[in-house]
Formats: sequence, structure tokens, C-alpha cells
Amino acid sequence: MTAAIEFRDVSRVYGDVRAVDHVSLQIGSGEFFAMLGPSGSGKTTCLRLVAGFDIPDNGYILLDGKDVTGLPPYERDVNTVFQDYALFPHMSVLENVAYGLRVRKVARVEQQRRAMEMLELVKLGALAQRRPSQLSGGQRQRVSLARALINRPRVLLLDEPLGALDLKLREEMQIELKNLQRQLAITFVFVTHDQGEALSMADRVAVFNHGRLEQLDSPRTLYTRPATEFVARFVGSANVAGRELARQLTGIAQPFAVRAEKIRIQPASRPPAPGAIHCDGKLVDIQYHGATSRCHVQLAGGEMFAASVSHQADLEHTAIGAPVTLHWSADDAVPLVGDSG
Amino acid sequence: MRSDARSNRASWPTRLGALFGLAFLNLPVLVIILYAFTTDDRTYAFPLPGVTLHWFEAALARSDIWAAMRLSLGVAALATLFAIILGTLTALALARSRFWGREAITFVLILPIALPGIVTGIALLAAIKAAHVDPGFWTIVAGHTTFCTVIVYNNVVARLRRMPHNWIEASMDLGADGAQTFRYIVLPQMATALLAGGMLAFALSFDEIIVTLFTAGHDETLPIWFFNELFRPRERPITNVVAVIVMAVTLLPILLAYYLTRPAEEQT
Repeated sequence: MTAAIEFRDVSRVYGDVRAVDHVSLQIGSGEFFAMLGPSGSGKTTCLRLVAGFDIPDNGYILLDGKDVTGLPPYERDVNTVFQDYALFPHMSVLENVAYGLRVRKVARVEQQRRAMEMLELVKLGALAQRRPSQLSGGQRQRVSLARALINRPRVLLLDEPLGALDLKLREEMQIELKNLQRQLAITFVFVTHDQGEALSMADRVAVFNHGRLEQLDSPRTLYTRPATEFVARFVGSANVAGRELARQLTGIAQPFAVRAEKIRIQPASRPPAPGAIHCDGKLVDIQYHGATSRCHVQLAGGEMFAASVSHQADLEHTAIGAPVTLHWSADDAVPLVGDSG
Repeated sequence: MRSDARSNRASWPTRLGALFGLAFLNLPVLVIILYAFTTDDRTYAFPLPGVTLHWFEAALARSDIWAAMRLSLGVAALATLFAIILGTLTALALARSRFWGREAITFVLILPIALPGIVTGIALLAAIKAAHVDPGFWTIVAGHTTFCTVIVYNNVVARLRRMPHNWIEASMDLGADGAQTFRYIVLPQMATALLAGGMLAFALSFDEIIVTLFTAGHDETLPIWFFNELFRPRERPITNVVAVIVMAVTLLPILLAYYLTRPAEEQT
């Protein structure tokens, strides 16, 4: 089966900056795919390369097995939901949604009918005659979605689609986007800097850093088996032990990561469980998160580790500034590749 | 609150100042209008010795006035048309792209308006002579097009720079090619800027005299007609009558443009 989107050794350089650095990846048909990374990691440039707003300096981009590397945006079967929606202010909501049909010279009646259908799909039928400036942020988002879907593209690209929405709206839209994708069976590719969003929505996630693809895996694998220090820290902010600390704790100079919820914390006076990896430190801060509390512990060497505690009883005999012992099972330590000092 | 209510009203020295400013700007215009109706044909005597509509009748009978008016309107219309085409194309080319020499092009482009009109005039005259072209209607149009283009360019480029680039990307993303994107997205967005630039260009061309003197040959545009008329001692109020007519004619499009551009401003 051919991939809906394929990157073959794609690079894009702006002056001295390698915005995208030799990226190769495949996105399957019907997949809900996330590109995750901090700002400047190259994820948005990748999206723009797929849309055709930018042309790679090196490599090829294939859509459904066809080379589209140099094609202009209007010759690609791909549509985009822009971060700030990019609605046309001089057109009504209906005209915005119908635009893709209008420029393809679809009959006027047909334009109106299908645009209304699309607006109903995103539950905005009642606002068809409004101007974009008269809508709320969430409504604009839906218009932008309807406009991008009207041409029934093979692939829908979403650039930070939920970034501008408040928390409650964002959670609603997450569910709605998932439903929409299942309903339409279109490949969705969305760019985000929010690891929670990527993990909860995507089938697979590509993690970018400095223009390079760090890891491409399912959310579960990404979280439980991060391949590099960057992924371990960026996705779920794991504790990372560098080469030196690893040697002290395990005897082997192999960097590893361990999740905060896998670390147990106890007063330094009590002996640690046998067989566990353990280290001593000082409790610096406790952040209350409701179901759990996050304890920040400074190790003897100065490194900061975080332990997530769900049973408040565990914290009863510890106060801020008190010496504590952290311990975890050797199985929960994930070895990392790459230089971590 | 009391202080708020008071701050909404200007203090009396401010109001007096504003009144003086308005009077300073507009009294000379009132004088022109007033002396279009005087019975005295040589001096600006005050109070008027008598009131008459005779000069309107006399102006209507003078074919040279209407020839000058037609010439000025024709030149202004064509110069504005060419300026809109050239200015818009230049603005589209320079608004987004970055290339070596872009600043230099911008500088050379605004030169006709930065230089004194007399320099532009002499330069054009020299060029016309060198090209062995007879000065006339088309040389005036060409001369006016130089500075009118700058006006249109400045208006349009400012608007284009304020326009988010992702509107163009969104349009192309949805399947519109360059021409469709221009027609459906860019043109509606810059329409009011074009209108304002065009109006200004028209007005500038309509009362331009310096560049016209060098490029006109024997043709008499309205400003040149006014200028020549000052040296004739008789029938002085006729110039005032023509000035009143010109005012009435130019006021209409100004009010129209004001009315047309208002809702567009409210949209954004």
C-alpha cells in the first residue's frame, strides 16, 4: 500500500538554519498523525512543504506515491486549517466555505448546497450569513475546518489547530476532530507543541527537534520507550540520568530515563526496597495537582528529579528541605541513545 | 463622573484656536466665491459694489475655458488610469519579495515626487526633445503619470503590507491559481486603497502646473489657463467663476470616496 504522504530525505535551509534536516517518513492513508516539537523544531515547515507553500532544497515529497515536490498549492489534493484560521474578512461565512468550489467553477446552486452541508457538519448552519469578524474563536475554527474540507481532500493539514482556544473548548474540539476524522476517513496531519494533545489524539506521533526527526512511534511507545533524551524530556517530562549519574547509580555509563510516576519517594531514614535503584536527595518543592502531587528532589550531584506521588500518605513524614530517598525498579529505567554528557 | 463629562468638552481657548484655524484655512476660499458675483471687473473692492450672475454667463460663452477643462480632465483621467496600472503592478512586485536592489528600486520609484517639480519638468522636456516627440496631450499625460504612479504605489503597497500573507496561501490552498487569488482576495482587499490613491492622483494631476509647463507645448490645461488669465486686466471675476465650478466638481468625488471607504474601515 502506498503512503498518503511520504518524505524522502527532505531538507529545507534558511540561510544558516537547517529548518528541516534530512527528514524521511511515511504517513499512512486514513491516519491521524501528529508532528510534535518545540517552536523552531521544523514541524510547521514540514507542514508547509506538504501544502506547497514552501519548496524543499533537497529531497522529494510524495502524495499517494506521486511526486509533488515542485507543484504549487492549488495543484495538490491537500487542504490546510491555518493557525489563525486565515478566513477572508470580506466574505460571509458561507462564501468562505464555498470558496474552494467557487474557484473550481462549480455551479452556484451546487456551491451553496455543499457549503451549507459542510456548515451543518461543523454545527454552524445558523451563522452562514455572518462575517468572520462576528464569530468567536471556536466558531472561526469550525468555519476554517469546513472551508478546508469542502474540496474533500485526501489529506487535511492542521497547523496548531487548537492553540488559540481556551482549555474547555480545546478539549471539546479534540473529541470533535477525532470524530470528524473517523467519519470522513481522511488523513489528518496536525502540528502541535502540546505533547498532551499529540498523545491523546494521534495514532502516531513524529517528534521533531532542530529540524530532525527524533522519533516516530505510537503515543504509547513514545511515552514508555522514548528513544532519545530529548523525547524523554519533551514527552511527559521524564527524569533523565546522564552518563555520569547513570554510572554512579547502576555501574554502567548508559544514559536512561525514568518517569516521575515510576519513582517512589520515602524519608531517608528508612532503608530502600531490595533490588531497586535508589539515590538520595533533598525535597525542594511539592506541587499539588489534585490526583497526584509532584515532588521536586535535588540529588547530591545537583540534578533535579521529579517524583509523582498519588498516595498522600507517602508524604506524611517528609517536609520541604528534608532528606529523602528515591527508588525505582530497574525495569522502569529506559536506556537512551545519543550523547547526554 | 464629573471630570469625565468635562474632559469631553474642549476648553474655550482650544475652541477659539480651532475656529481661528478653520477660518485661516477657508476664508481665502470664501473670498474666491464672493468675488465670483461682483460687478467690479478689475479690483477686489470690499464691500462689493453690486451683485451679479453676469460672469457665469460670460464664462459659459468662453470656449477656451471649456477646452482647458476638457484637456485637464482628459489628462487627469488617463494619467490616473496609467498610474493605477503601473502603481499596482509595482506594489504587487515589491510588497512581499525580498531581493537584492529592492530598496534601490523603491528609492528610484519615489524620486519623481521627492524631486522638485521643476527638475522633473526639465528632465521630461529634455527627454521629449531627445526623442523628437512633439509636446502635446500625450507628453502631458506621460509627465503626470510619473508622480501619479508614486501616489498609487504608496497607497497600495501600504495596504498590501498590512494584509496577512496567509490569506493568499489559504486561497491557493483551496485551489485558486494566481489570477483567481488576485481577483477574489487581493483586489477586494486593496480596492479602497486603489480608490483613495486614484482620487489623490487625479486631484494632483488636475491642478499640476510646473511639470505641465515643461511638457505641454501649446496646449492649455486648466491651471495654465488660470495662470495666463492673471495677466489679463479685464474680466477678472471669470477666473473666480471657474474656480467655483472646479470646487463644486471636485467636492463630489471627495464626498463619494469618503462615503465609500467608511464601511470598509469599520469592517477591519
